[in-house]
Order: sequence, then structure tokens, then C-alpha cells
Amino acid sequence: MANINSGDTAWLLVCCSLVLLMTPGLAFFYGGMVRKKNILSTLTLSYAFMAMIGVQWVLFGYSLSFGKDIGGIIGGLNFLGFHNVTAAPNPEYSATVPQQLFAAFQMMFAVITPALITGGFVERIRFKSFLIFGLIWATLVYDPLCHWVWGVGGWLRVLGTLDFAGGTVVHIAAGFSALAFAMVIGPRRGFGHTPWEPHNIPYTVLGTGLLWVGWFGFNAGSALAADGVAVSALVATNTSGAAAGVVWMILSWLDGRPSTLGLVTGMVVGLAAVTPASGFVSPLAAMFIGAVAAPISYYTIRFRENRGLDESLDVFACHGMASTWGMIATGLFATTAVNPNGANGLFYGNPSQLGVQILASVVTMVFAFGVTYIVAKALNMSIGLRASTVEEEVGLDISGHGERAYS
Amino acid sequence: MLKKIEAIIREDKVGDVKDALNDVGIRGMNVFEIRGQGRQGGITLAGRSGTYQVDMLPKMQLNIVLSEQNVDETIATILQAAQTGAAGDGLIFVYPVDEVVRIRTGERGHEAVMYPGDIDEKKGRGKAKAS
Repeated sequence: MANINSGDTAWLLVCCSLVLLMTPGLAFFYGGMVRKKNILSTLTLSYAFMAMIGVQWVLFGYSLSFGKDIGGIIGGLNFLGFHNVTAAPNPEYSATVPQQLFAAFQMMFAVITPALITGGFVERIRFKSFLIFGLIWATLVYDPLCHWVWGVGGWLRVLGTLDFAGGTVVHIAAGFSALAFAMVIGPRRGFGHTPWEPHNIPYTVLGTGLLWVGWFGFNAGSALAADGVAVSALVATNTSGAAAGVVWMILSWLDGRPSTLGLVTGMVVGLAAVTPASGFVSPLAAMFIGAVAAPISYYTIRFRENRGLDESLDVFACHGMASTWGMIATGLFATTAVNPNGANGLFYGNPSQLGVQILASVVTMVFAFGVTYIVAKALNMSIGLRASTVEEEVGLDISGHGERAYS
Repeated sequence: MLKKIEAIIREDKVGDVKDALNDVGIRGMNVFEIRGQGRQGGITLAGRSGTYQVDMLPKMQLNIVLSEQNVDETIATILQAAQTGAAGDGLIFVYPVDEVVRIRTGERGHEAVMYPGDIDEKKGRGKAKAS
């Protein structure tokens, strides 16, 4: 293993752990916003993917995503069961770290992405239907999309799409899937009649802290090396999250009070927005990306509420819309001065990059929304997506899991 | 004759009311955190994007069981301490109580709700048994 670089490997081992921690962080981020009768259910929806995708990815998910390319559409079966995924680096992806580490790092992305979608259907989903949906979604949406954007030979990658850490694969995919799923499953019983207060905002605040720390692993780790690009991605990530937090706080204040929930929501929005751009843009560009992402998501939530749509925890607004802006902004602000392996955007004399970024975003929206809508409809008509009225009234903690969170 | 006083008051008035009651010698009481609605209407809470109205407001419920002779003074004390004049000051309910039994001593009725240094002792209407 002459090519293994211990610095890169050590950094990526840390990043892999940081990204893993984001899923518990997300679980608590979401868990704080639901009613107390559904907190265990909400936590379980996220944690279930740590278990389920932890198996799926080793068995075939990694191979479908990063196996030998078949027609630009899907990876081959050469890495089934992590066959040949060993300590030897795979120079196609990461020449200086063991391929097994690259595969594990990517696994954590495959875990958190479907967990993001759960914010769209909390407090009413039937657990069995959820598990089946999750497995189908990971296989039919995540793995192909991951291959298109990041797999060598994947058609969006070949077109020159810049998506450093998952603006399309993770955030747009999750946001638009949550929207589609919420439209199929329908609103929670009583939605819109009485306002529900989040049952534990401190959980959401704590979850945000874990997410932000984890995001350094997510974005800076996507450099796959302990180098200047990783540092640049980390700084861009922090700057965008910070700028979006500031702007969201101001928006919230102008509308009444600077709510804690608003501040942390803004932070997550800024982090989601900069995900595709980090590693390609300057710190000031990242600041602009975060600052603009805040009003986009803020008013998308308002729009969603006014439409009476119960996309419960605003995955669409906070991840889908923020990262769509982030993808477009990458097409504007990307510069090879930050990352020589990237490309220049519109402001650096390459307008076609903007077109590629928009195309990749739209393809992701249509694909994720469309497949999710069809799969959710099919499951709804066959086994049913919703818990029964009584189960929903009692709360999914007791009816679905036979437990009470607070006794 | 024993009475129970249920006083629903503002959260921020609990300390004042308790101190005022202690000053006149009302000792035994307990408190619930409750939510309810009345003439005050709702309050506005800040959400993720903008604000929303909540119509069940947090209040505190003070429960006191005492002898009938002390009811008027207790009510006057609570009014004095809990009143702001704005909607949302709360309500006081008075109920008859059939019986009170102090578990430690087996005392019943008036005896069971007497405390060292309480209003009855101050007014020379008897003394609680030493604890």
C-alpha cells in the first residue's frame, strides 16, 4: 500500500465518524419539533437508516453507486458485499486512502439522506411501510443518483456537474422526495386547526450543534484528503451557516421575535446551501450563498404553510430549495483558484457551467420527486402508508413502538 | 367546615401570592402547572418562519384546603397579590371539602389543616400539635 497517505487517511477516518454523528443529530433536530407522543417514533425513523443502510450499503448499495459504470446510469455488481473493497486505494476515487474507508465515508451519506426525508412524514407514518419505502428509495433513487453525479462514468459527472458534497445527491433529492411523500400521505390529523408547539426545542438546538460539527466532516471530508481544498470547504461551510443564521435571525426578529428555532433553522439552511459549493468557492462567495439561502427557505416555509401543505418539518424548504440555490450559486461562483480540479463559474468566465448546474438540479428534482411519488402511491394503494386514526391520536411511540418517551 | 380554594393565577405571580399568604399565616398549599383559556385570549409565539397564535396559556393553579373561617381573608390576600388589572389575572374557586385526614397523625378535619404559626394560632384559635 505504498500510496496510502496517513494524513489523508486519518482525516477521512475522522470525517467518516463526524458524518455518522449527523444522523443522531438530525434525529434530535427533528425530534424536538414534533409532539411528545411521537418523539421516539421520530428518532427511530432516522436511526433505522443507520441500521438498514449500514447493511444495504455493504451488500449492494456501494456497488450500485460506485461499481464499474454501466452506460452512465448505474454502477455494476463488482463490489457486491464489499468484494475487493479493501485497504488498497481505488485511484478512480481516492488514490491516497484505502477504498474501504472511501466506501465507509460514502455510507454515512447514504444513511443520512433518506433520514432527511423523514421530516416530511413524521407523526403519521406506518413503521412497516416506512421501512419498505426507505429500502426502495435508497436503492432506486439514492444509489443511481449517487452514481450519476459522483460515479466515474456517471452521466451528470461526465457533463461536468459540480457538486462537492451532495447538493443534488443529498439535499435536493431529500427535499423534493419529502415534498412528494407529504403530498401522497396527506396532512396529520388536525393539521391547520390548532397550532402545535414543538415539544422540546432544546433537542432541536442540540441537534443543530451536532449537525454543524458533523457538516465539517461532510463537506471538508469530501475533499477526500487533508489538503487546502478541505480547509477551503470547511471555511466555506462555516461561513455560509453563520451568514444564514444571522439573516434568519433578522427576518425572524422583523416578524416578531428572534426565535431560537428560527436561528438554528437558518444555520442548517446555510449549511445545506453551501454543500454543493464548498470546495469550489471563496469564503465571501460562501457568505453570500448563506445570506441569500435564508430568505429563500424562510419564505418557502411561509408559502408552504399558506398552501396548507403538511410537509411537516420543511425538508423541501430547508434542504431542497436551499441546495437548489447552492447548486446555481456554484455555477456562478466556482473558481479553479480555489480548486484546480473544479471548474470556473459564470463570474469567472464560464457561463456554460451555470447551465450544467441548473440541468443537474432539475434532473435531480424530477427524478427524486417522480420516483418517490410513484413508490409512495404504490405503497399507499397496496399496504397503506398511514397509521390508523387511533394509532395517530394515541401517538406513534405507543402505537408503533410500545414505548413512552417520558414516563 | 372545611373549604378548598383553587386559585388560577399568572405564572409570574406565584411567588408574590405565596409570600403574601405566608405573611397572613396560610401555610399548607400545593401548586400545579396548568394550561387554559379565558378572556385573555391567546399569546403569540415565534416559530421557524414568523409567528403563530396559541390559545391555551400557561397558568398556575394554587390549591389550599383550610377552615371556612379563613376563606375570606385568603381570597382577599390572593386578590391583593395576584391582581394586575389586565385580562388573564385568573379565577378563584371555592369548594366544600367533606373530610381531611393527616396521614402521619390520623388527625381529621380542622385539626388536620393546622400548622405551627398559622393564621389560627396567630388569632388564638388553637395550636397545631408539635411536629
